[in-house]
Amino acid sequence: MISEFRQHVIENLAKPNVRANFRKAMDGLMQRRLDQFPDPAELERIRTQAQAIRANALSKLPELLEQLEAKLTDNGIHVHWAETTEQANQIVLSIMQKHNAKTMIKGKSMVSEEMGLNHFLEAHGIDALESDLGEFILQLAHEPPSHIVAPAIHKSRQDVAKLFNDKFPDIPYTENIDELTQAARTILRDKFYSAEVGLSGVNFAVAETGTLCLVENEGNGRMSTTVPRVHIAVTGIEKVVEKLSDIPPLLSILTRSATGQPITTYFNMISSPRKPGEKDGPEEVHLVLLDNGRSNIYSDPELLATLRCIRCGACMNHCPVYTRIGGHSYGTVYPGPIGIILEPQKAGLDVHGELTQASTLCGACGEVCPVRIPIPTLINRLRYEGVRKDASTTPGTGSRRTTAEAAAWKSWSWSASHPAIYNFGTKAAARLRGVLPMQMSAWTNVRSAPQLADKTLHERMKEMGVADE
Amino acid sequence: MNKPDTIYFFGTCLIDLIYPQAGISAVQLLQREDIKVIYPQAQTCCGQPAWNSGYRDEARAVARTQLALFPKPIPIVIPSGSCAGMMKLHYPELFAGQPDEAQALDVASRVYELTEFLVDVLHIELKDLGEPVKVAVHTSCSSRREMGVASKIESLLDQLGNVTKLEQIRKTECCGFGGTFAVKQPEISASMVLEKADTIRATGAERLIGQDAGCLLNIGGTMEKQGDAIPHQHIAEFLWERVKNPSPPSPLSLKGRGGARSSSEEAPLPLRERGWGEGESS
Repeated sequence: MISEFRQHVIENLAKPNVRANFRKAMDGLMQRRLDQFPDPAELERIRTQAQAIRANALSKLPELLEQLEAKLTDNGIHVHWAETTEQANQIVLSIMQKHNAKTMIKGKSMVSEEMGLNHFLEAHGIDALESDLGEFILQLAHEPPSHIVAPAIHKSRQDVAKLFNDKFPDIPYTENIDELTQAARTILRDKFYSAEVGLSGVNFAVAETGTLCLVENEGNGRMSTTVPRVHIAVTGIEKVVEKLSDIPPLLSILTRSATGQPITTYFNMISSPRKPGEKDGPEEVHLVLLDNGRSNIYSDPELLATLRCIRCGACMNHCPVYTRIGGHSYGTVYPGPIGIILEPQKAGLDVHGELTQASTLCGACGEVCPVRIPIPTLINRLRYEGVRKDASTTPGTGSRRTTAEAAAWKSWSWSASHPAIYNFGTKAAARLRGVLPMQMSAWTNVRSAPQLADKTLHERMKEMGVADE
Repeated sequence: MNKPDTIYFFGTCLIDLIYPQAGISAVQLLQREDIKVIYPQAQTCCGQPAWNSGYRDEARAVARTQLALFPKPIPIVIPSGSCAGMMKLHYPELFAGQPDEAQALDVASRVYELTEFLVDVLHIELKDLGEPVKVAVHTSCSSRREMGVASKIESLLDQLGNVTKLEQIRKTECCGFGGTFAVKQPEISASMVLEKADTIRATGAERLIGQDAGCLLNIGGTMEKQGDAIPHQHIAEFLWERVKNPSPPSPLSLKGRGGARSSSEEAPLPLRERGWGEGESS
């Protein structure tokens, strides 16, 4: 029986164009990141610094969230708490309803993806339009993001040209990127003016000053958060940092890790609604702080490191599995290495536990993570959580334990901890190697079957007279 | 550390069963440096397959059996970055809070990957007696990222005057083996190893040298199945072939598969030439 995940994988591996798009894009992103960190020692220094900032924030998370709420409130920003995505959606809806708002323009927000906000609002008669170019393309194509930073990375220029031609037949067909961008810009410009509410994510929320930081390249984030009368920001509770001085190092390592840019084109620091006498800015600003399983992750001292993530996407850019299967194969909001540790912890190992198998444990993700999340270690931990016999705080613990697999490991363990039996088995296997059945199609589909040597190393060492002490 | 008189050798289960010549060559290299090698016959497996599958109790039972094999305060040399990483880095995790935690830490503190040991502890000097050959090197992920010893295999090869190293693109990318990953996610693994085989072949190398039997089994088996294999060898076997005297006939002149299997350590042949059991595939 082939799981849903493996079916996605098989389908997506069979799309040479999409695979080529990912390979090319990821190769480019890896090189751009590398160019930003010419000095390995300096990179390690700033990783330590970034790790320290995030670890510090998490160690004081409850206090910092309270401080953040107090500061934001002082600044005139309304703060809402949502334990679940349903609650978060309802909060956004009620703000919309209060203003009789029917249109929303959105900057890029993975938390809004997590909430399924667009579909929710649509079901309530509200039109939510994505303004990030990649998200705009995906909304036209009715697809979810395949990458957390570059959501439409799986699409080529030609794919986008065809899509635009299909959706906007009045615009002449073009594969020119500047012309495509201009077409999107023209369409979006009107929407920015007419939308009643703007929605954005948050990259960092500063507790000390009550500042919401937003990193972007297209200016759509600034438009979404300044032009409409109401701005709603949505974010996970882990995005808080303690001090304003935490921001420069974190921003620097974020943009360099993510897109290989020393800094993005836009960096927004939102600290209040429009003040009297100011010429722009929204009249009302809201922040929705979403938990959605994060508190539970927070309760485990090891898995807690998952929450250090600053969403740079470097782990997926460097992941040989992600590069090949693409973001859509995972079937989750967050794909790639961070996704395979985050999603099973949020939804439960019974739902997304198989994703922990989507790793060779090669360590590339952990090597590039700007805040040193030990992703391979956490994958190993979650594999353990998936098959352990007793309960733990991770949802779905033990749900991946099957009788057959457990029995196989038990039997392996028994023989490999009894050397006489192990050696008897290996010797026998070597003797019988010509007649052993080779039922291992998973291996031999692309590889020849491994041939056992005629004598084991144990035997050869004995023959050579190597000491056995 | 200073050069020891005696070491323990942990051969690993893949070398035990499939690539014993790599283990033999490693021991011969060590003996040639006047090191007494102890090979505890009760060794089985480091326990990594179960550890990486989440079966920690089962992994611990196997690992515990190994802990008892190395009582003397001497280095434990392992011809694999993966198994060395298991014992050096993961035994302390696996035995944290267990009664034998101290023993696990003691063992971990004495673990060396083979190339690391040859370069950093023995400061081995190699004289190349072999014919000119072009090789590609695949450094395992565990050697590179866990053990941090990727440069050692390169520096050993750099000592060999007649060996030219060719570099495949995306050299540091995983080959897709990943232990049970290869059978649990066979489609992803296949796509990875097929690309790895292509990039290595594209270098024009005459031989693939690696330091982990798992990667070699994966990449070599793929090339073999594709029918356009370049021979692959574990670094220990390659080094021994290059430096021992007299030099063996060039294995690269050998044709065909499955036939010329050596049972004598005097004339080791590239692993691939010793046959992959072509009748058994697919």
